[in-house]
Amino acid sequence: MAEKKKLGKELTKGIIVENPVLRLVLGTCPTLATTTSVESAIGMGLAASIVLICSNVVISALRKVIPDKVRIPAYIVIIASFVTIVQMVVKAFLPSLDEQLGVYLPLIVVNCIILGRAEAFANKNSVIASAVDGLGMGIGFTAALFLMGAVREIFGAGTFLGTGIPFLSENPMLIFILPPGGFFVYGILMAVVNRIAESKGKKRAELRGCEACPMAATCAINKKEVAES
Amino acid sequence: MTMTKELISILLTAILTQNFVLAKFLGICPFLGVSKKLNTAVGMSAAVIFVMALATAVTYPINQLLLVKFELEYLQTIVFILVIAALVQLVEIILKKYIPALYNALGIYLPLITTNCAVLGVVILNVDNSYNFAQSMFNSIGAGLGFMLAMVMFAGVRERLDSCEVPKFMQGLPITLVAASLVSVSFLGFTGIVENIFG
Repeated sequence: MAEKKKLGKELTKGIIVENPVLRLVLGTCPTLATTTSVESAIGMGLAASIVLICSNVVISALRKVIPDKVRIPAYIVIIASFVTIVQMVVKAFLPSLDEQLGVYLPLIVVNCIILGRAEAFANKNSVIASAVDGLGMGIGFTAALFLMGAVREIFGAGTFLGTGIPFLSENPMLIFILPPGGFFVYGILMAVVNRIAESKGKKRAELRGCEACPMAATCAINKKEVAES
Repeated sequence: MTMTKELISILLTAILTQNFVLAKFLGICPFLGVSKKLNTAVGMSAAVIFVMALATAVTYPINQLLLVKFELEYLQTIVFILVIAALVQLVEIILKKYIPALYNALGIYLPLITTNCAVLGVVILNVDNSYNFAQSMFNSIGAGLGFMLAMVMFAGVRERLDSCEVPKFMQGLPITLVAASLVSVSFLGFTGIVENIFG
């Protein structure tokens, strides 16, 4: 029973409390780049989720085999293999999605959420817990992308999943689907989430910059900044 | 003549109209994380330019002579990320041993760059656009310079932002993103400039 409860917690934490996009501020590049429409946002979210779940499972299963010193390159190879599989499937069955995502599909390899979860969770926990963690984080990532994609598509193109919305489709605010709109919507969403979190007595999402990066431990910028302060 | 014209047009497109950070959203993590101070922003961007140029110079022959020749294009993602990771490590070791001065200036930024999506992005884009070697190099250097331009501009904006009074719920990350949005608007002004100069 306690075991089940724990798994439930792993699942839900990724969706709200530790939402990778809105609370942990990870994976910002795809969040900004692929949310010009709901369709590409969901496509990106699902593709990254599949890679995340599979790589979490494999890394967790191999956590006792991979030597600590070469773990990052090993993780990168595992993640890159799954990205290649997803890339081939999408190219074969969803060519229109492949066109929309373009270069961002292979770039799932360097998505910090995936490497971050491998470092922070999968190499310490059991296979089942890691799979559930990946599922929760994937749902959280997809949900945040969906939210941003919906806001940008509704205001920027006046459509939702391609269907026109009366009034808005006659007066689309193009800036929302242009690059500046991405930064703007993300900033405002973050402010709203911070406001809600604060009213519930939770800590607000801070710009942790390099700290959030999975490479932070190996990176010397942090050491230098510590030495300076 | 047309050749040089084309190369300069690729360079300017990568710096201004298709700026990697502000128009293509590649390398957002360092853009938000390392742009607090001007000197770190410059150091990081210099390291990015260096690694981008080097990664392109190395991956181009690998792609042409190995992957395309033996019809292994589907391995591009895996091969490129591994080459970049190995390259960054190698550069770090060589700089540390032989050019300590340069290592002290750039070396600390190198590990971060392995997982920087801008480096892998530029390499993949070069292949996707089927650029030749010279075009790839100009595109990479342009992308790096564009990254530097955005970083330096944004570091300036953030230094000003520090002394502003911001409503509480907008403090920190939200206002930084809105500021990035405004910097990005200024780059929209370059739309069409390259086509008009060289068209």
